[in-house]
Amino acid sequence: MLEKALSGSKLYWGWLVCLLILMAAGFASYLVQYNEGLVITGMSRDVSWGFYIAQFTFLVGVAASAVMLVLPYYLHHYKDFGRITILGEFLAISAVLMCILFIFVDLGKPTRILNVMLYPTPNSILFWDMIVLNGYLIINLVAGWVTLESERKQVAPPGWIKPVIYLSIPWAVSIHTVTAFLYAGLPGRGFWLTAILAPRFLASAFAAGPAVLILLGYLVKKLTNFDPGKAAFETLAKIVTYAIILHIFFFFLEVFTVFYSNIPGHMDHMKYLYFGYHGYNALVPWMWAALICGFAAIVLLVNPRTRQNTTILPIACVLVFICTWIDKGMGMIAGGFIPNPLHEITEYAPTALELLVTFGVYATGAFVLTILYKVALGVKEEEAAL
Amino acid sequence: MGVDRRKFLKIAGISAALGLGGSVGWQLLRPGQLDAAEEPWNTPYQWVTRDHGALKEVPNPRALKGKRWGMAVDMKKFTPATAKAAVEACNYYHNVPSIPTKQDIKWIWLAPYKNVFPEVENPMAGDYTDMDYITMCNHCDQPPCVRVCPTKATFRRDDGIVLMDFHRCIGCRFCMAACPYGSRSFNFQDPRPFIKKQYDGFPTRAKGVVEKCNFCAERLAVGKLPYCAEASGGAMIFGDVDNAGSALRKALRGRYSIRRKPNLGTNPQVYYLV
Ligand code: SF4
Ligand code: SF4
Ligand code: SF4
Repeated sequence: MLEKALSGSKLYWGWLVCLLILMAAGFASYLVQYNEGLVITGMSRDVSWGFYIAQFTFLVGVAASAVMLVLPYYLHHYKDFGRITILGEFLAISAVLMCILFIFVDLGKPTRILNVMLYPTPNSILFWDMIVLNGYLIINLVAGWVTLESERKQVAPPGWIKPVIYLSIPWAVSIHTVTAFLYAGLPGRGFWLTAILAPRFLASAFAAGPAVLILLGYLVKKLTNFDPGKAAFETLAKIVTYAIILHIFFFFLEVFTVFYSNIPGHMDHMKYLYFGYHGYNALVPWMWAALICGFAAIVLLVNPRTRQNTTILPIACVLVFICTWIDKGMGMIAGGFIPNPLHEITEYAPTALELLVTFGVYATGAFVLTILYKVALGVKEEEAAL
Repeated sequence: MGVDRRKFLKIAGISAALGLGGSVGWQLLRPGQLDAAEEPWNTPYQWVTRDHGALKEVPNPRALKGKRWGMAVDMKKFTPATAKAAVEACNYYHNVPSIPTKQDIKWIWLAPYKNVFPEVENPMAGDYTDMDYITMCNHCDQPPCVRVCPTKATFRRDDGIVLMDFHRCIGCRFCMAACPYGSRSFNFQDPRPFIKKQYDGFPTRAKGVVEKCNFCAERLAVGKLPYCAEASGGAMIFGDVDNAGSALRKALRGRYSIRRKPNLGTNPQVYYLV
């Protein structure tokens, strides 16, 4: 099927070339980092994880959200998702790939990455995260590819693929839960030390992922003959609506516990993020922008008239994306480190090279996604022509 | 058995004690170092020949043995000069670089009471809350850094010392997120240019790995006390927490002591006498 990726319009090739240029820039920046060390990033002794780990966390959510298509389609036989499920599975593949790349570029000694397998350490959550992420990648590759292959051959998918697909449902939940456990079990970090972290992660993921998928769906519809179908968009939009409301709701649960209990170790991070702390307030505008976007999205999505409007829905999806991306991609990781365990404040901002590496990883993900979508849409077109 | 091989093994023995793994012992060889190793009592292991000519390692009989090492810190006994000397002794003998940015490396340092003991501030106490406190790895009995490390590069030895294997660490920095005391540092860059005067008896680190206070494991192996305790003028008392007769236990019997964030269940083994 891969040959379908080898023919395409000028736009297709132009896009791939653009991505390749970005990938090259990212790779060159990574080589600088590889030679000089993580000194080229904005990270510090106090904020020892930064942009890379934040993007990783966000993208695990995007990957997990494929379950929002797989579950209705395969468990509830929701036919309207028939055409779009493969797009969700392929989005998950590229997202997991980016997750793995972000972990890799964050390592101080990347050449030793195999030590995680050579000295397996089950008490480390990172060990389990590696297992669930790689497992999820394989499951989605197999499930996506095999179903597409049989669709192309106009035969029913082989029977053994069903259990694999069913397995992907709890597995999707597991990847984001385990990722939340990376943070939620650390005794000295009050911001993360909360049982709501995993549900919060899942809620924002199930808002962000389907929102991205809606946007991709519109794009695909515009650029190709393939139409995911009105009903699919509408159902996805409902999923985004519920999830973004839950996301904001969970956030306020956290706010209540933190501020009503008045325990400084939990409160100070929130204070830093939303009001500034001892004069340090680099993230304050971002966090409020996220909240405002979240509320605006809820207003647009709850009302069926605006939700079903094909120009407003994409806007709402962009708002959801901004809200959840700032929340996880900027606030969640740095916020946990500020103030540090000695209640000192070191702020964090990514450097230009760090951003270039980040763009490079995103470009790699987009490249893989483009190829996978090209193949999937090629098969769908072929099928439609028959 | 050639002398060279014996020398090599002695060095390998040191590196094994430092948690570097025997296979990489050669990395420690540096000019002048062999001379120091010539004196058998300065090596953690003696090497004896068995019947078949094979070498068997025998621990240095002078090595200090403990069930659970700990440290008591008496800030009142410090003068500014001895406090500085304790910090500087550690920095020098462990090749801790001094990097003038927020990506610095610290094993032991001084910080105000309110930072070392956040959330147990007591504005009325005066006196002991007005001082700066020595801050270092607590060699926790239940160390979160060990719990999270995905490669066992950070591990707890049977005598309670939490050690690092610089040759296994992948630099994921999970341990830094996990340590509730900010005791760990990451080598964001090659630290060597930032070492003012290099000490050849201890390995320097490479960029990309985490490091921290090692309770002077290399000193205990040759029967000596930690550098900082030695330089502290009696203000830092090192000893076996599980031995009721140890100097440490005596110090803890006579005075009230506090520990950092005991509510987190880490059971820190650095005690501050107040
Ligand atoms: S103080 Fe930090 S680094 Fe030291 S043992 Fe405890 S958790 Fe680990
Ligand atoms: S940085 Fe090194 S010591 Fe720390 S958790 Fe990762 S592998 Fe273990
Ligand atoms: S015990 Fe040794 S390593 Fe730890 S701070 Fe003191 S001198 Fe440094």
